[in-house]
Amino acid sequence: MVEVSIICDKVRFEEKTLYEKTQSKGIKSKIVDAKTLTIGTYSKTKDFLLGDVILQRSVSYYRGLYLTACLEFLGFKVINRFEVGQICGNKLITSIKLAQNKIPSPKTQFAFSAESGLESIKKTGFPVVLKPIVGSWGRGICPLRDPETASMIVEMREEDDSPLSRIYYIQEMVDRPPRDIRCIVIGDQAVTAIYRYSSQSEWRTNVARGGNVELAPITKEMEDLALRAAKAVGGGILGVDMMEDKNRGLVVHEVNNTVEFRGAASVSKADIPNEMIDYAIKLARK
Amino acid sequence: MKSKVECQECGAEISVPEDAVVGEIITCPDCGGEYEIASKADENLKLKPAERVGEDWGQ
Repeated sequence: MVEVSIICDKVRFEEKTLYEKTQSKGIKSKIVDAKTLTIGTYSKTKDFLLGDVILQRSVSYYRGLYLTACLEFLGFKVINRFEVGQICGNKLITSIKLAQNKIPSPKTQFAFSAESGLESIKKTGFPVVLKPIVGSWGRGICPLRDPETASMIVEMREEDDSPLSRIYYIQEMVDRPPRDIRCIVIGDQAVTAIYRYSSQSEWRTNVARGGNVELAPITKEMEDLALRAAKAVGGGILGVDMMEDKNRGLVVHEVNNTVEFRGAASVSKADIPNEMIDYAIKLARK
Repeated sequence: MKSKVECQECGAEISVPEDAVVGEIITCPDCGGEYEIASKADENLKLKPAERVGEDWGQ
Protein backbone atom coordinates (compact mmCIF):
# COMPACT_ATOMS: atom_id res chain seq x y z
CA MET A 1 0.00 0.00 0.00
CA VAL A 2 1.32 3.43 -0.96
CA GLU A 3 2.23 5.80 1.83
CA VAL A 4 2.32 9.57 1.39
CA SER A 5 4.25 12.13 3.43
CA ILE A 6 3.22 15.75 3.43
CA ILE A 7 6.28 17.75 4.39
CA CYS A 8 5.66 21.29 5.53
CA ASP A 9 6.87 23.89 7.99
CA LYS A 10 3.41 25.23 8.79
CA VAL A 11 0.09 23.40 8.52
CA ARG A 12 -2.14 25.65 6.47
CA PHE A 13 -5.51 25.02 4.85
CA GLU A 14 -3.76 23.29 1.96
CA GLU A 15 -1.71 20.83 4.02
CA LYS A 16 -4.60 20.02 6.31
CA THR A 17 -6.93 19.43 3.37
CA LEU A 18 -4.37 17.19 1.65
CA TYR A 19 -3.95 15.16 4.84
CA GLU A 20 -7.70 14.85 5.37
CA LYS A 21 -8.10 13.73 1.77
CA THR A 22 -5.61 10.89 2.22
CA GLN A 23 -7.49 9.83 5.34
CA SER A 24 -10.86 9.82 3.62
CA LYS A 25 -9.39 7.80 0.75
CA GLY A 26 -7.90 5.26 3.17
CA ILE A 27 -4.34 6.12 2.18
CA LYS A 28 -1.61 5.89 4.78
CA SER A 29 -0.13 9.34 5.28
CA LYS A 30 1.50 11.68 7.72
CA ILE A 31 2.37 15.31 8.10
CA VAL A 32 6.11 15.79 8.68
CA ASP A 33 7.57 19.01 10.06
CA ALA A 34 10.40 20.07 7.73
CA LYS A 35 12.04 21.86 10.66
CA THR A 36 12.68 18.56 12.44
CA LEU A 37 14.59 16.81 9.64
CA THR A 38 18.38 16.56 9.54
CA ILE A 39 20.02 14.76 6.64
CA GLY A 40 23.69 14.00 6.10
CA THR A 41 25.89 12.77 3.28
CA TYR A 42 26.10 9.49 5.21
CA SER A 43 22.32 9.23 5.81
CA LYS A 44 20.47 6.11 4.78
CA THR A 45 17.04 6.14 3.17
CA LYS A 46 15.77 3.53 5.62
CA ASP A 47 16.43 5.91 8.52
CA PHE A 48 13.66 8.18 7.26
CA LEU A 49 10.14 6.80 7.44
CA LEU A 50 8.76 9.02 4.73
CA GLY A 51 6.79 6.51 2.69
CA ASP A 52 6.75 6.11 -1.07
CA VAL A 53 6.10 9.66 -2.20
CA ILE A 54 6.51 13.08 -0.64
CA LEU A 55 4.49 16.21 -1.22
CA GLN A 56 6.87 19.10 -0.53
CA ARG A 57 4.67 21.85 0.92
CA SER A 58 7.10 24.08 2.84
CA VAL A 59 6.06 27.72 2.82
CA SER A 60 9.72 28.76 3.04
CA TYR A 61 11.06 28.55 -0.50
CA TYR A 62 14.69 27.82 0.33
CA ARG A 63 13.83 25.37 3.09
CA GLY A 64 11.57 23.43 0.75
CA LEU A 65 14.00 23.59 -2.15
CA TYR A 66 17.10 22.38 -0.33
CA LEU A 67 15.22 19.82 1.71
CA THR A 68 13.93 18.44 -1.59
CA ALA A 69 17.52 18.19 -2.85
CA CYS A 70 18.42 16.17 0.25
CA LEU A 71 15.37 13.93 -0.04
CA GLU A 72 16.07 13.24 -3.70
CA PHE A 73 19.66 12.46 -2.73
CA LEU A 74 18.23 9.78 -0.42
CA GLY A 75 16.19 8.42 -3.31
CA PHE A 76 12.73 9.70 -2.36
CA LYS A 77 10.21 10.75 -4.97
CA VAL A 78 9.33 14.35 -4.21
CA ILE A 79 6.61 16.53 -5.74
CA ASN A 80 7.79 18.85 -7.09
CA ARG A 81 11.30 17.87 -8.05
CA PHE A 82 14.27 20.04 -6.97
CA GLU A 83 14.90 21.10 -10.55
CA VAL A 84 11.30 22.31 -10.93
CA GLY A 85 11.49 24.26 -7.67
CA GLN A 86 14.71 25.88 -8.73
CA ILE A 87 13.21 27.07 -12.02
CA CYS A 88 9.86 28.22 -10.65
CA GLY A 89 11.38 29.97 -7.64
CA ASN A 90 13.38 32.26 -9.87
CA LYS A 91 11.45 34.58 -12.19
CA LEU A 92 14.46 35.15 -14.44
CA ILE A 93 15.02 31.44 -15.05
CA THR A 94 11.27 30.88 -15.49
CA SER A 95 11.12 33.65 -18.11
CA ILE A 96 14.03 32.08 -19.98
CA LYS A 97 12.35 28.64 -19.93
CA LEU A 98 9.09 30.15 -21.19
CA ALA A 99 10.89 31.99 -23.98
CA GLN A 100 12.91 28.91 -24.94
CA ASN A 101 9.66 27.00 -25.31
CA LYS A 102 7.99 29.81 -27.28
CA ILE A 103 5.29 30.32 -24.67
CA PRO A 104 3.75 33.80 -24.93
CA SER A 105 4.94 35.82 -21.93
CA PRO A 106 5.39 39.53 -21.12
CA LYS A 107 8.44 41.15 -22.71
CA THR A 108 11.13 41.14 -20.06
CA GLN A 109 14.66 42.49 -19.84
CA PHE A 110 17.37 41.47 -17.43
CA ALA A 111 20.04 43.95 -16.32
CA PHE A 112 22.97 43.54 -14.00
CA SER A 113 23.81 47.00 -12.69
CA ALA A 114 21.91 50.09 -11.57
CA GLU A 115 22.96 51.97 -14.72
CA SER A 116 21.90 49.29 -17.16
CA GLY A 117 18.76 48.67 -15.10
CA LEU A 118 17.70 52.30 -15.39
CA GLU A 119 18.61 52.29 -19.09
CA SER A 120 16.40 49.21 -19.64
CA ILE A 121 13.55 50.81 -17.71
CA LYS A 122 13.75 53.90 -19.94
CA LYS A 123 14.01 51.74 -23.05
CA THR A 124 10.91 49.74 -22.06
CA GLY A 125 9.01 52.97 -21.36
CA PHE A 126 6.69 53.92 -18.51
CA PRO A 127 4.75 52.37 -16.94
CA VAL A 128 7.00 49.39 -16.38
CA VAL A 129 7.21 46.68 -13.74
CA LEU A 130 10.31 45.91 -11.68
CA LYS A 131 10.27 42.54 -9.95
CA PRO A 132 12.64 40.78 -7.56
CA ILE A 133 13.86 37.60 -9.27
CA VAL A 134 13.15 35.58 -6.13
CA GLY A 135 10.09 36.37 -4.06
CA SER A 136 6.50 35.40 -3.51
CA TRP A 137 3.09 36.76 -2.67
CA GLY A 138 3.82 39.81 -4.83
CA ARG A 139 6.46 41.11 -2.40
CA GLY A 140 8.71 43.79 -3.84
CA ILE A 141 6.93 44.00 -7.19
CA CYS A 142 6.91 47.66 -8.19
CA PRO A 143 4.90 49.34 -10.91
CA LEU A 144 7.13 52.24 -12.00
CA ARG A 145 5.24 55.12 -13.59
CA ASP A 146 7.88 57.85 -13.86
CA PRO A 147 11.69 58.24 -14.06
CA GLU A 148 12.01 59.80 -10.61
CA THR A 149 10.36 56.86 -8.85
CA ALA A 150 12.39 54.43 -10.96
CA SER A 151 15.66 56.08 -9.87
CA MET A 152 14.64 55.97 -6.23
CA ILE A 153 13.62 52.32 -6.33
CA VAL A 154 16.84 51.35 -8.12
CA GLU A 155 18.83 53.32 -5.54
CA MET A 156 17.04 51.44 -2.75
CA ARG A 157 17.73 48.12 -4.48
CA GLU A 158 21.43 49.02 -4.70
CA GLU A 159 21.54 49.63 -0.95
CA ASP A 160 19.77 46.40 -0.09
CA ASP A 161 21.83 43.64 1.52
CA SER A 162 20.79 40.91 -0.88
CA PRO A 163 22.98 40.47 -3.98
CA LEU A 164 19.83 39.34 -5.80
CA SER A 165 18.52 42.91 -5.45
CA ARG A 166 21.18 44.00 -7.94
CA ILE A 167 19.76 41.75 -10.64
CA TYR A 168 17.10 43.79 -12.42
CA TYR A 169 14.07 42.04 -13.88
CA ILE A 170 12.21 44.62 -15.91
CA GLN A 171 8.91 43.71 -17.47
CA GLU A 172 6.50 45.55 -19.70
CA MET A 173 3.25 46.58 -17.98
CA VAL A 174 0.72 44.34 -19.68
CA ASP A 175 -2.49 46.10 -20.70
CA ARG A 176 -4.89 43.80 -18.91
CA PRO A 177 -8.19 43.89 -17.04
CA PRO A 178 -7.79 44.28 -13.23
CA ARG A 179 -7.31 40.57 -12.82
CA ASP A 180 -5.06 37.68 -13.75
CA ILE A 181 -5.64 33.96 -14.10
CA ARG A 182 -4.29 31.12 -11.98
CA CYS A 183 -4.58 27.73 -13.65
CA ILE A 184 -3.71 24.72 -11.51
CA VAL A 185 -1.98 22.00 -13.48
CA ILE A 186 -1.56 18.53 -12.04
CA GLY A 187 0.50 16.24 -14.25
CA ASP A 188 -0.92 16.58 -17.73
CA GLN A 189 -4.25 18.06 -16.65
CA ALA A 190 -5.40 21.64 -16.20
CA VAL A 191 -7.60 20.92 -13.18
CA THR A 192 -9.14 24.30 -12.47
CA ALA A 193 -8.67 27.99 -13.16
CA ILE A 194 -9.61 31.13 -11.28
CA TYR A 195 -9.60 34.83 -11.96
CA ARG A 196 -7.76 36.76 -9.27
CA TYR A 197 -8.93 40.34 -8.87
CA SER A 198 -6.79 42.90 -7.14
CA SER A 199 -8.26 44.38 -3.99
CA GLN A 200 -9.11 48.06 -3.69
CA SER A 201 -6.07 50.35 -3.78
CA GLU A 202 -3.87 47.43 -4.83
CA TRP A 203 -2.55 46.71 -8.30
CA ARG A 204 -1.24 43.21 -7.54
CA THR A 205 -3.74 40.36 -7.76
CA ASN A 206 -2.20 37.94 -5.25
CA VAL A 207 -4.75 36.30 -2.94
CA ALA A 208 -2.14 36.83 -0.19
CA ARG A 209 -2.58 40.58 -0.87
CA GLY A 210 -6.32 40.36 -0.31
CA GLY A 211 -7.32 39.72 -3.92
CA ASN A 212 -10.70 38.17 -4.67
CA VAL A 213 -11.24 35.04 -6.70
CA GLU A 214 -13.82 33.90 -9.21
CA LEU A 215 -14.06 30.67 -11.18
CA ALA A 216 -12.62 31.00 -14.69
CA PRO A 217 -13.69 28.76 -17.55
CA ILE A 218 -10.77 26.75 -18.91
CA THR A 219 -10.60 27.68 -22.58
CA LYS A 220 -8.65 25.68 -25.14
CA GLU A 221 -6.08 28.50 -25.34
CA MET A 222 -5.71 28.58 -21.57
CA GLU A 223 -5.39 24.81 -21.24
CA ASP A 224 -2.84 24.62 -24.02
CA LEU A 225 -0.72 27.42 -22.55
CA ALA A 226 -0.94 26.11 -18.98
CA LEU A 227 0.12 22.60 -19.99
CA ARG A 228 2.96 23.90 -22.15
CA ALA A 229 4.17 26.22 -19.39
CA ALA A 230 4.04 23.41 -16.82
CA LYS A 231 6.00 21.15 -19.14
CA ALA A 232 8.55 23.90 -19.81
CA VAL A 233 9.48 24.08 -16.13
CA GLY A 234 9.60 20.32 -15.70
CA GLY A 235 6.04 19.38 -14.76
CA GLY A 236 4.36 18.29 -11.53
CA ILE A 237 1.79 20.14 -9.44
CA LEU A 238 1.95 23.75 -10.53
CA GLY A 239 0.07 27.03 -10.56
CA VAL A 240 0.40 28.74 -13.92
CA ASP A 241 -0.32 32.48 -13.75
CA MET A 242 -1.45 34.29 -16.88
CA MET A 243 -2.64 37.73 -17.88
CA GLU A 244 -5.15 38.64 -20.57
CA ASP A 245 -3.23 41.00 -22.82
CA LYS A 246 -5.68 43.16 -24.76
CA ASN A 247 -3.73 42.70 -28.00
CA ARG A 248 -1.94 39.36 -27.75
CA GLY A 249 -4.36 37.21 -25.76
CA LEU A 250 -3.05 35.18 -22.85
CA VAL A 251 0.54 35.58 -21.67
CA VAL A 252 2.15 33.48 -18.93
CA HIS A 253 4.05 35.49 -16.34
CA GLU A 254 4.77 33.01 -13.60
CA VAL A 255 4.67 29.32 -12.67
CA ASN A 256 4.29 28.52 -8.97
CA ASN A 257 5.98 25.53 -7.43
CA THR A 258 4.24 25.09 -4.07
CA VAL A 259 0.83 26.06 -5.31
CA GLU A 260 -1.62 27.46 -2.78
CA PHE A 261 -5.21 26.57 -3.55
CA ARG A 262 -7.36 27.90 -0.76
CA GLY A 263 -8.76 30.61 -3.02
CA ALA A 264 -9.30 28.20 -5.92
CA ALA A 265 -10.92 25.57 -3.68
CA SER A 266 -13.47 28.13 -2.47
CA VAL A 267 -14.92 28.52 -5.98
CA SER A 268 -13.82 25.48 -7.98
CA LYS A 269 -15.97 22.45 -8.66
CA ALA A 270 -12.82 20.34 -8.98
CA ASP A 271 -11.61 18.40 -5.96
CA ILE A 272 -8.09 19.86 -6.04
CA PRO A 273 -6.58 17.93 -3.09
CA ASN A 274 -8.06 14.70 -4.46
CA GLU A 275 -6.40 15.28 -7.82
CA MET A 276 -3.10 16.06 -6.09
CA ILE A 277 -3.20 12.89 -3.99
CA ASP A 278 -4.14 10.75 -7.01
CA TYR A 279 -1.19 12.23 -8.91
CA ALA A 280 1.16 11.46 -5.98
CA ILE A 281 -0.11 7.87 -5.75
CA LYS A 282 0.37 7.41 -9.49
CA LEU A 283 3.93 8.70 -9.23
CA ALA A 284 4.67 6.43 -6.28
CA ARG A 285 3.56 3.39 -8.28
CA LYS A 286 5.73 4.22 -11.29
CA MET B 1 -7.79 16.87 25.25
CA LYS B 2 -7.87 20.29 26.80
CA SER B 3 -8.97 22.86 24.26
CA LYS B 4 -7.93 26.08 25.97
CA VAL B 5 -4.43 27.35 26.57
CA GLU B 6 -2.99 30.53 27.96
CA CYS B 7 -1.30 33.00 25.65
CA GLN B 8 2.38 33.23 26.58
CA GLU B 9 2.41 36.92 25.62
CA CYS B 10 -0.70 38.42 27.20
CA GLY B 11 -2.22 35.66 29.30
CA ALA B 12 -5.50 35.58 27.39
CA GLU B 13 -7.29 32.31 26.85
CA ILE B 14 -6.83 30.78 23.40
CA SER B 15 -9.34 28.19 22.21
CA VAL B 16 -7.85 25.40 20.16
CA PRO B 17 -10.30 23.74 17.76
CA GLU B 18 -10.91 20.02 18.31
CA ASP B 19 -9.69 19.15 14.80
CA ALA B 20 -6.51 21.24 14.98
CA VAL B 21 -3.39 19.25 14.11
CA VAL B 22 0.25 19.49 15.15
CA GLY B 23 2.00 22.15 13.07
CA GLU B 24 -1.11 24.27 12.69
CA ILE B 25 -0.92 27.95 13.59
CA ILE B 26 -3.34 29.44 16.08
CA THR B 27 -3.69 33.10 16.93
CA CYS B 28 -4.39 34.75 20.27
CA PRO B 29 -7.69 36.63 19.94
CA ASP B 30 -6.48 39.40 22.25
CA CYS B 31 -2.89 40.25 21.27
CA GLY B 32 -2.62 38.56 17.85
CA GLY B 33 0.35 36.45 18.97
CA GLU B 34 0.81 33.43 16.73
CA TYR B 35 1.59 29.96 18.01
CA GLU B 36 2.32 26.65 16.40
CA ILE B 37 0.79 23.54 17.97
CA ALA B 38 3.91 21.65 19.08
CA SER B 39 2.24 18.55 20.47
CA LYS B 40 -1.25 17.32 21.01
CA ALA B 41 -1.48 14.09 22.94
CA ASP B 42 -4.16 13.47 25.56
CA GLU B 43 -3.94 16.35 28.01
CA ASN B 44 -0.56 17.41 26.69
CA LEU B 45 -1.40 20.33 24.39
CA LYS B 46 1.77 22.33 23.86
CA LEU B 47 2.30 25.52 21.90
CA LYS B 48 5.46 27.20 20.72
CA PRO B 49 5.84 30.67 19.21
CA ALA B 50 5.23 30.46 15.46
CA GLU B 51 8.04 31.30 13.05
CA ARG B 52 8.02 34.87 11.79
CA VAL B 53 7.07 35.27 8.15
CA GLY B 54 10.32 34.85 6.23
CA GLU B 55 11.48 36.79 3.20
CA ASP B 56 11.22 33.63 1.13
CA TRP B 57 7.74 32.59 2.26
CA GLY B 58 5.14 32.04 -0.37
CA GLN B 59 4.36 29.97 -3.39
